[in-house]
Amino acid sequence: MKNGIEAALVGLAAFGALMGAAFARDSLFQAHAWILFFILAGSTIILLRRVKFAPAGGLQQDTKAEDTSGYMDDVIRYGIIATIFWGVTGFLVGVVIAAQLAWPVFNIEPWLNFGRLRPLHTSAVIFAFGGNALIATSFYVVQRTSRARLFGGNLAWFVFWGYQLFIVMAATGYLLGITQSKEYAEPEWYVDIWLTIVWVAYLVVFAGTLVRRKEPHIYVANWFYLAFIITVAMLHIVNNAAVPVSFLGVKSYSLFAGVQDALTQWWYGHNAVGFFLTAGFLGMMYYFVPKQVNRPVYSYRLSIIHFWALIFLYIWAGPHHLYYTALPEWTQTLGMVFSIMLWMPSWGGMINGLMTLSGAWDKLRTDPIVRMMVIAIAFYGMSTFEGPVMSIKSVNALSHYTDWTIGHVHSGALGWNGMITFGAIYFLVPRLWGRTQLYSLRLVNWHVWLATLGIVVYASTMWVAGITQGLMWREYDDQGFLVNSFVETVSAIHPQYVMRTIGGLLYLSGAFLMVYNVYKTIKGDIRKEAPMGAPAAAISPGE
Amino acid sequence: MSKKEIDEFSGVETSGHEWDGIKELDNPLPRWWLWTFYATIIFAIGYVIYYPAIPLINSATQGISGITARSLVEQDLKAAQDAKAGILATIESSSLEEIRSNNELFRFSVAGGKSLFKVNCSQCHGSGAQGAPGYPNLNDDDWLWGGDLEAIYLSIKHGIRNDEDDDARISEMPRYGDDELLDTDTIRAITNTVLEMAGLESDAKLAKAGIEPYVENCAACHGDNGKGDIELGAPNLTDAIWFYGNTNSEIFTQISSPRHGVMPAWGERLGEASVKKLAVYIHSLGGGL
Repeated sequence: MKNGIEAALVGLAAFGALMGAAFARDSLFQAHAWILFFILAGSTIILLRRVKFAPAGGLQQDTKAEDTSGYMDDVIRYGIIATIFWGVTGFLVGVVIAAQLAWPVFNIEPWLNFGRLRPLHTSAVIFAFGGNALIATSFYVVQRTSRARLFGGNLAWFVFWGYQLFIVMAATGYLLGITQSKEYAEPEWYVDIWLTIVWVAYLVVFAGTLVRRKEPHIYVANWFYLAFIITVAMLHIVNNAAVPVSFLGVKSYSLFAGVQDALTQWWYGHNAVGFFLTAGFLGMMYYFVPKQVNRPVYSYRLSIIHFWALIFLYIWAGPHHLYYTALPEWTQTLGMVFSIMLWMPSWGGMINGLMTLSGAWDKLRTDPIVRMMVIAIAFYGMSTFEGPVMSIKSVNALSHYTDWTIGHVHSGALGWNGMITFGAIYFLVPRLWGRTQLYSLRLVNWHVWLATLGIVVYASTMWVAGITQGLMWREYDDQGFLVNSFVETVSAIHPQYVMRTIGGLLYLSGAFLMVYNVYKTIKGDIRKEAPMGAPAAAISPGE
Repeated sequence: MSKKEIDEFSGVETSGHEWDGIKELDNPLPRWWLWTFYATIIFAIGYVIYYPAIPLINSATQGISGITARSLVEQDLKAAQDAKAGILATIESSSLEEIRSNNELFRFSVAGGKSLFKVNCSQCHGSGAQGAPGYPNLNDDDWLWGGDLEAIYLSIKHGIRNDEDDDARISEMPRYGDDELLDTDTIRAITNTVLEMAGLESDAKLAKAGIEPYVENCAACHGDNGKGDIELGAPNLTDAIWFYGNTNSEIFTQISSPRHGVMPAWGERLGEASVKKLAVYIHSLGGGL
């Protein structure tokens, strides 16, 4: 009986959600429990409709549907679709909140104001878009580089659907106003517990597949993926350690208080960048770049050294988010020096990515997917240089709390995480859906340039805005009096806020081209177009 | 699978591993990379020795420099305070009129008052002191509680209608409609009387009917001619400056269920010298005698 147990378990969980709604101690928990109930009840119905009983003969089992000899790619196909869906959603919300900052009239109270949409944006792009991209690509990469099917059977499906449930619960919670007010860790205790379960299942699937591998060595991409999974589990559990006020209410209190809470939060927050957005995506780079350019990885030795240096150093750098606060000075010092030492370990990944192209640089001209990956690595290099620079205390004294930080994050997120993911999606879609090629490489090229232009507009306007803010905040006249009021510093950067919205729109429009391109590719269409990077002019001397 | 081979393009040996067609070259670490990495480590060691860094059991190493962010801030603050100490003491002991007539004290107070205003007052009164609906404009010559130096000083020091200062300025117009002191028709009539006094469009018949109740209920504070009374904080109703609007319905609402603004007392929070600086600055904007 296929799907029977699953349907029963989800149905039971739906009943639990209904009970949660019935006995909720506060209206927010009640609303959230209702949402959970409808999702789970709907899932139960879908699962029940798919329940298959063994045929009466017993022996004539449908072996085709149960074929477990090859790679498990269904869940990856779902993962790619989810990545694209959440990506577009997250970018769209980003454009909306950028517009809200430029024109406050776009704030729609209470559910769609900036305060609630901002965490929706950050979580949608980091965890929903980035997380799905990492889960899907890691499942793809670990199978290919281990020559083994995913471990745990349907556990991979649990990881996928469980993660989507986490995303929906987190997102609806933000809109309802449920938050524990920790950056990138806003969901309340019950959503955190659920993510912990899903994440452990993810670790089991990934590590189990590695254990089953038929290769003697573990490929470097998998080191990075594994470091990402393990460290994120640790970060998530420690930073979200909290005591709920009631098991039927949303509110909880952190185990940490005051400056310890702040430091734990930024230990988490910084390593969400380090292990989610850096290590995980380096795993992606280490597989898809050499595959796409068809060249060996530049240096095995460099990959070992920069991997260990990166994961050892990153975990200490969090205090640089708390300079000039109540955090003890020695902690600030250590946060700074570890951030400085991180520069080269980060760049090791950039070198290995870029130099893998040696012998294949001509592909930059003919293959827009390679172009996309190279731009991703370039932005990775830029933002991992900018990071250590901003971690220098005297630089940070200017940049902290300004939009410079926002620009820095986005050159990393849009440039590195976004572009390397787009590259991986363009690589994967034809292969996963058995197509000979993408619908259109020229559309990929448009995507590359729209996205790049969007990032450049975004990052450069935020530099200007951030430095303007920083200088205006600290401006004193010759008698020692503060010159600007806060609101004057806000109105001074209004033009940059408008430009930033335009940059975001450019990036979003590139993503829409990708949606169309992926849709047509899955459909099996091929666009009639001149090939990219037509042969050099010398070939047609007759003209 | 371990089969080392030479890559044709670069002439470099591979590591001998292969995964899904991916091989690895065995290039050495780029020298510039390695040396820059070493340099950052050496910098880190030096920085850690120079500044507070290594945690011990009850404290941390203090660094050979003896410099901490806190000590730097303290120095800066002290330097700033020392530079101003003399002039601040003079301001504290001088009368407002003395400050205004002394060029040095006046310029210092206007600059300091302007800065204080941006931090403490601009949220309600606007960054240009232009006011907002419900918050007075401080640039014009219309003053609810008086526009001379002393009156402005007292308004800032004790605030208006707050609970924190016993000397806060207080005036409270009765809620004629909400407390059923007057019926709706009478309030409507008074509204027209006020409109007529202000030279705005009004219903002549109603305006006339409102004169008697106006004199009985309103004139005590606002005066027979609606000119207001600064002693009581009663606004002038005949000028073109309106706090809560000058349409028929806005005036009706203000008589029926009046709103009253509140301003905190700044004397305790900012100190004598700062309040004086603010008073001189505000007076320089739109103050009178």
